[in-house]
Amino acid sequence: MTALAATQKSNVKTALMAGAIAIGMVGMGFAAVPLYRIFCQVTGFGGTTMRVSEAQAATVQAVGKTVVVRFDANQRGLPWEFKPERPTDTVSIGARDMSVFIAKNLSDQPVTGTATFNVTPAQAGKYFNKIQCFCFTEQTLKAGEQIRMPVLYYVDPKIMTDPDTKDIEEITLSYTFYPVDQPGQGG
Amino acid sequence: MTTIAAHPADHHDHADHDHKPGFFARWFMSTNHKDIGTLYLIFAIFAGIIGGAISGMMRLELAAPGIQYLTGWASMMAGKEASLDEAYHMWNVLITAHGLIMVFFMVMPAIIGGFGNWFVPLMIGAPDMAFPRMNNISFWLTVVAFIMLLGSTFVPGGTGLGAGTGWTVYAPLSTSGSVGPAVDMAIFSLHLAGAASILGAVNFITTIFNMRAPGMTIHKMPLFVWSVLVTAFLLLLALPVLAAAITMLLVDRNFGGAFFDAAAGGDPILYQHLFWFFGHPEVYIMILPGFGIVSQIVATFSRKPVFGYLGMAYAMVAIGVVGFVVWAHHMFTIGMSVEMKMYFTAATMVIAVPTGIKIFSWIATMWGGSLSFKVPMVWALGFIFMFTVGGVTGVVLANGGVDDNLHDTYYVVAHFHYVLSLGAVFSLFAGFYYWFGKMSGRHLNEFLGHLHFWVFFIGVNVLFFPMHFLGNQGMPRRYPDYAEAYAHWNEVASIGYAIMGVGVLIFFVNVIWSLLAGRKAEGNYWGEGATTLEWTLSSPPPFHQFETLPVIK
Repeated sequence: MTALAATQKSNVKTALMAGAIAIGMVGMGFAAVPLYRIFCQVTGFGGTTMRVSEAQAATVQAVGKTVVVRFDANQRGLPWEFKPERPTDTVSIGARDMSVFIAKNLSDQPVTGTATFNVTPAQAGKYFNKIQCFCFTEQTLKAGEQIRMPVLYYVDPKIMTDPDTKDIEEITLSYTFYPVDQPGQGG
Repeated sequence: MTTIAAHPADHHDHADHDHKPGFFARWFMSTNHKDIGTLYLIFAIFAGIIGGAISGMMRLELAAPGIQYLTGWASMMAGKEASLDEAYHMWNVLITAHGLIMVFFMVMPAIIGGFGNWFVPLMIGAPDMAFPRMNNISFWLTVVAFIMLLGSTFVPGGTGLGAGTGWTVYAPLSTSGSVGPAVDMAIFSLHLAGAASILGAVNFITTIFNMRAPGMTIHKMPLFVWSVLVTAFLLLLALPVLAAAITMLLVDRNFGGAFFDAAAGGDPILYQHLFWFFGHPEVYIMILPGFGIVSQIVATFSRKPVFGYLGMAYAMVAIGVVGFVVWAHHMFTIGMSVEMKMYFTAATMVIAVPTGIKIFSWIATMWGGSLSFKVPMVWALGFIFMFTVGGVTGVVLANGGVDDNLHDTYYVVAHFHYVLSLGAVFSLFAGFYYWFGKMSGRHLNEFLGHLHFWVFFIGVNVLFFPMHFLGNQGMPRRYPDYAEAYAHWNEVASIGYAIMGVGVLIFFVNVIWSLLAGRKAEGNYWGEGATTLEWTLSSPPPFHQFETLPVIK
């Protein structure tokens, strides 16, 4: 009987350890969300653009080769009109360019939104450097207000040496505005 | 391999030695590992009939180009004239249900819940599982999960009735693309089935670590026990990640979350990463116990211990470990960099090494053995052959560059049906023919068993081999209709389904006939080749076995 009791005791111990592993893996599953975001921000994985300071940007020289940057603007769940001023820009790689997006609040009350962003092809993300962008902060538009929002960026010359990206001739920069306080709407 | 002494000394034949509880208490409140194993097997056969019938509906529709039956079925389900879009949705519901049922409610309950419960305690000389009541909970949770999934087909799921998301439940189709309670029910069903499997895994790990008979060291355990141990760890590490991912889906669907909503800062690709972090180990969860079963059978019918025992055991461990770092080969087309593709291609191909060790060792076990081609053995040989074919197409698909072309075509369908429908299922039938006498006390009919094998073997090959051609020609999966050019091989595949169906009928005739009038099975009906502990007991084993623990020298 004592042998049985001893077995049962060690059974419970093993089971608790196994259960802890399972619960730990659930935690890892949820931890994957912030970790994945950080991973994308650090590596530019999946078309996540890079953020650079003025000082870093000042060290980059323009080179002769150009690339076409296409601008795409969407909104989701906002009573806004949102579009780029020009659909495309042809920029020298390494040179600074400013592009302007225009947003207009079509409703009769103030609305706050924020934008998510991405570039395609995804491999170009780590070479697409933004010095200044409206997407870093929340934007509040009063009823009927229209604003011009600049994006200051350059394409890193390293894009020409990476075998994944050296053939890229066109990069699409896409923004989607969504409300900051999402009312409980299911998908 | 090991000598076994059953130790009959000091055996108090007390009155309740083989006392069984009444019918309701025995089958509905069961805590006996053999009874729960039987329940799992019955459940898996039942689910397999439903999942198999659904694939029959799909092969019927795919037998010729155009939409023949789908609109009618959708109208029948909805109780009103269904639109073409609703019919297409019905197709999505069928492929979803077929995948989920076969994975979660047929293969896993049969191979882990059924054979695992029956034979792990017997093979290690334990009186029962470590936590018999938890075992019971696992089984009934699986039943409730299955009812939940079946129920989801009767409630709205977006375009029509039922959850039409594919077994992968990818966002955004499963979030903003499928309004209505059907997908919530399907997700909840996965939660329950996952919880049941995690509890089962905890139970197996505890049983195998703590309840082995004296002398049954880890390196003397039969390979089937090894396979279940590795599988249990895969379940423990993989299923919680699925649970987390589908919980996020629920949050996105019902509580305004944006984990996978790109328009609100989320990323649908993250769901794919999470899903396949679970999904790839999941395919090994389905096949590893099959490896174990086949190892027992090949050794038994070669009358030799298995060749390279340690290599066989640790090959399974290696497959399990490497299986966790190859997941993105399921998503080569998401736009990943060349370096990532190179890594996932190489890592995936590494798995072919331990798998090759296993195939080699099975053949080496037979080499020079005293072979007898009884029914379980022909199924095991069929398994080795078919699984190798599926493995070879797996190596083809592992190439990131090749996969760009073959992704989501019928080539992939052919590949995973060769490893699962012909691999895992063949190992299930092999195990069934091997152990049926032990479980029921009656022999299956040898002739019908061979007939079943040949009809089924021809059927599944006619069914699935043409899918390689269709995939190479670019036929995409998951569509109810196709261009005329694909008509011929689709027709052949559907004929193959019918042949396979006849094979399954022979199986049921055999089982029913044997249960009613089969020859009584003696304790060790396979003779000297069968050396594991279950063969030291009567057939069927006593309700409570090993009251005096056997000693393994």
